[in-house]
Amino acid sequence: MSFFLIKLRYSFFVICAVVTFSFFLIHMIPGDPVDIMLGDSAELADKVALEKELNLNLPLFTQFKIYLQNLLNFHLGHSLFSKRSVSQLIMDRLPATLELSFFTLLFSCLIGIPLGVFSAQKKGKFWDHFLRAQSLAGLSLPSFWLAPLLIYLFSIQLNWLPVSEKGTWGHLILPVLTLSSGILALIMQMTRTSMLNELNQDYIRSVRAKGQSSFFIYYVHGLSNAIFPLLTIIGMILGSLLTGTVIVETIFDWPGLGRLLFESIQNRDYPVVQGCVLFISITYIAVNFLTDISYQLFNPKVKLQ
Amino acid sequence: MKRVGNFSLGLFIVGFLILFAIASNFLFSPNSTELNLSQRLHPPSSSHWLGTDQRGADVLSLLGQGAKTSLTISISVVFIGLFIGLILGSLAGWLGGGFDLWIMALVDFVFAFPGFLLILALAAFFQASSILTLIFILSLTIWASFARLVRGEVLHLKEKEFVLNSKATGAGSLRILYFYIWPNLLGALLVQGTFTLASVVLIESSLSFLGVGVPPSTPSWGSMLNSGRNYLLEAPYLSLFPGLALFLLVIGINLIGEGLRIKFDPEH
Repeated sequence: MSFFLIKLRYSFFVICAVVTFSFFLIHMIPGDPVDIMLGDSAELADKVALEKELNLNLPLFTQFKIYLQNLLNFHLGHSLFSKRSVSQLIMDRLPATLELSFFTLLFSCLIGIPLGVFSAQKKGKFWDHFLRAQSLAGLSLPSFWLAPLLIYLFSIQLNWLPVSEKGTWGHLILPVLTLSSGILALIMQMTRTSMLNELNQDYIRSVRAKGQSSFFIYYVHGLSNAIFPLLTIIGMILGSLLTGTVIVETIFDWPGLGRLLFESIQNRDYPVVQGCVLFISITYIAVNFLTDISYQLFNPKVKLQ
Repeated sequence: MKRVGNFSLGLFIVGFLILFAIASNFLFSPNSTELNLSQRLHPPSSSHWLGTDQRGADVLSLLGQGAKTSLTISISVVFIGLFIGLILGSLAGWLGGGFDLWIMALVDFVFAFPGFLLILALAAFFQASSILTLIFILSLTIWASFARLVRGEVLHLKEKEFVLNSKATGAGSLRILYFYIWPNLLGALLVQGTFTLASVVLIESSLSFLGVGVPPSTPSWGSMLNSGRNYLLEAPYLSLFPGLALFLLVIGINLIGEGLRIKFDPEH
């Protein structure tokens, strides 16, 4: 229980730091933020109104206090363009990103884990070298290169799949493939490393001596123990997927959180950018916290301290 | 033996790209990347080996300049990050106490963010308008991983006998760090530095792809890929070559990193 409290306290401090950081983002804009947001041609009345909306006319400490009060009420301000509330915008876009992240993770695990086990099984042989070379390539492949190539091949040349936007299952294939290239490679590598650690253990030798089939040795005994270190990695991947989708969502016109962030950066819609940064960071911290906790709770090998 | 081959392959790729970046100053005439509407979107030919882009600029010569941009930024960022990380990490590990606590809190703070988001937010709000600002923003997030590594190693080495001996003979902190501790960090830092270099190359081009990286006037592989997207139908080669160059550079650096890791950390 004390472990839980230490982790909780730690996450709390980090969240405080993140909240403070996100508050100061607006103040980091060089020059007058209002001028930059509205452009030079803006009317004076609009400028004054915006300054008031953002409370930039108040002393810094008061601004921070109002900002915190608003946060506690889940009020993240309004978009400068659509005038809609930032929290509403985020909630509208979240499901699309979650959908993309879920299927990417599912696909990467379904393919990556068995391949990792296979690679560990064939350690030092041809297939191991081949798969490791593939995973190095996967990790080095920029998504903003892979995506146009996939679009060119499958949508333009072969005309099998839609180019962009969200809709049918077919729309999901290319973004998921693009996002998976690096993640699948990472999961495969981690599975291999974790499996190799397990395969050196005595209990594997005993199971082998009992004469059990290699499927049993690798998948039932080996993998069920090797899976725990993997959970941490998968949790971290899930957290980073929420931001890692910025590029892929932009390329495929996927109406998710990443594209909202990107569009707001382009439009200099700073309240939305600020809200997205805050929301994504806190989600990321929360996911990491939950991963840590579940790792400690479910892995019988780890003692809670 | 096979591993050594991969290391050399990585060195060869990266060396070739560095030479290409340097040579591109002499190989191509300066106006080959300027606006030339009569030469718009020409496919690869004998006069333009990799074709021309939507502005009529020669793609091969743009690739050379992009290599220069990418390498300059990434190498500077890794060196600055490594330097800051080495100093702060050494001090945190060596001095311990309150200093250690604050430095590590800062490191944890940087790690608490999903890396790319922090950089994206900083780039968007700072309005990275010059290469220097971009280098600054990237270094701001990169140093933490070096600091964490160095601190751990210093904590470990500090209890070793050869360090305690030199302490007993009256050597000052700086002397011990410089002569006894840092030389022992070289391998680990080299490995980490190489892998970081690969990820900085990717991050820099991602930022430029999203339009928040280098200024629009500076040629970069990321922005080439971004504008290439609009001509996927007529000129798919615009999307092919910059990405290929980027992929080769990153995989080359990663191969070097793997080789170094096997050399310095055989147990991994």
